[in-house]
Amino acid sequence: MTPFSYARADDVPGAIALAVATPDAKYLGGGTNLVDLMRETIERPAALVDVTGLSREITVGADGGVVIGAGVTNTALAADRTIRTHYPMLSRAILAGASAQIRNVATVGGNLLQRTRCGYFYDDAARCNKREPGAGCDAIDGFNRIHAILGASPSCVATHPSDMCVALAALDAQVRVAGPDGERTIALVDLHRLPGGSPERDTVLDPGELVVAVELPALPFAAHSTYRKVRDRASYAFALISVAAGIELENGAIKDVRIALGGVAHKPWRAFKAEAALRGQAPSEANVRAAAELELADAAGLRDNGFKIELAKRAIVATLAELSGEQA
Amino acid sequence: MQFTINDRPVEVEVDLRTSLLDLLRENLGLTGSKKGCNQGACGACTVLVEGERINSCLALAVQYQGRSITTVEGLSDAEGLHPLQRAFIEHDGFQCGYCTPGQLCSAVAMADEMARGIPSHVTGDLTAETIALDHDELRERMSGNLCRCGAYNGIVAAIAETYASAPARQEEAA
Repeated sequence: MTPFSYARADDVPGAIALAVATPDAKYLGGGTNLVDLMRETIERPAALVDVTGLSREITVGADGGVVIGAGVTNTALAADRTIRTHYPMLSRAILAGASAQIRNVATVGGNLLQRTRCGYFYDDAARCNKREPGAGCDAIDGFNRIHAILGASPSCVATHPSDMCVALAALDAQVRVAGPDGERTIALVDLHRLPGGSPERDTVLDPGELVVAVELPALPFAAHSTYRKVRDRASYAFALISVAAGIELENGAIKDVRIALGGVAHKPWRAFKAEAALRGQAPSEANVRAAAELELADAAGLRDNGFKIELAKRAIVATLAELSGEQA
Repeated sequence: MQFTINDRPVEVEVDLRTSLLDLLRENLGLTGSKKGCNQGACGACTVLVEGERINSCLALAVQYQGRSITTVEGLSDAEGLHPLQRAFIEHDGFQCGYCTPGQLCSAVAMADEMARGIPSHVTGDLTAETIALDHDELRERMSGNLCRCGAYNGIVAAIAETYASAPARQEEAA
């Protein structure tokens, strides 16, 4: 690790002031990703601003929406009774990720801002545009079984590893951000970037901006939602493919639906095309399969990960079959 | 930096870059917690912070100032070994023993998580008030602790005997 200064923030304005005061400062949540990357000297912040003492509440609004403080731990959010009952896909997504030890300290804000990454990002003997802009990418022609099939670029084929963010993408979550120039709200689906020519930037946040909270709009049918994760072992592994989905049926047809995919892209992937194709349709296997084909129409496989294209389609079909079966 | 470690106040001066694991092992001589992967993948460094399990290798010590930390050295008391430690001996819950301190701390905290009704990936009904620690729950909840010897049969049996509401299956496969 390279040397750094450390300060604990007492409130949001104080945190921003501390971060702005030192060039190359970073906010520190639970540290489960940042400390690991600092040990590898991939991240070299000059200052750490500890924000774990801030924003630790989950507040339910009068309309049924929920505001989740950025400092809430992954464990606390997954175990929250409102989330378990009204947004089960979110509890299930969090519980499908990492280990209990990591979920106990990892924060909501930190989960959002963990690095999009692959093994080559960690390997300093390999070329990686994300670690060293312009260096090249050894993943594209390397071992790329777990890599992106949607939205990748010649610069980067890494995937965003969060499970939680896949559910948040499906739930139309909004991210409340505070920075030196004031506050703004960003739709979760717009927070993370596709790599394009600058994969060193994972999100649209500006320097000094701090995630303060995540807002979940009321979505009554999210009570009928789930998260399916397909991975190489039964527990404690990144997704090959994951699906967060919720469905509302009326008179045998899909009135509304939310679908997001994990493990497929540089960001959590909201399946807008599939959702649009399914509204008003019967939730038949053929219809869902057709919608999945549409969503994956632009998918491209690399040497090792082509199987994920078919896997993603099947995972969508299986997840919606499970949900519509529960409501039939 | 000040901490409470195994119920004793501790004051120590260390570099800001020191992990909680290195603080325990290198500065305080508490070598029970083990450095396996040093990247949060194996669980050998698991300790309890106010009763909750964390990977001490991923924790900067400075972030845990003022907190109460329990290591494997703090599990036993004047009465002798913790019941879970006795069960590990009874069921051969280890071969080389390197993962054992982490397994023990992790399982103690897991039992507390069960008592608080925290669900897991394999919990069927998320709205249930209580969750039984059956075979699948136990294995899922302990998945953050690896054992390279493959002593899982004994580990699962020892934890099940100590905490489970239903006995672990005898035909358990590693």
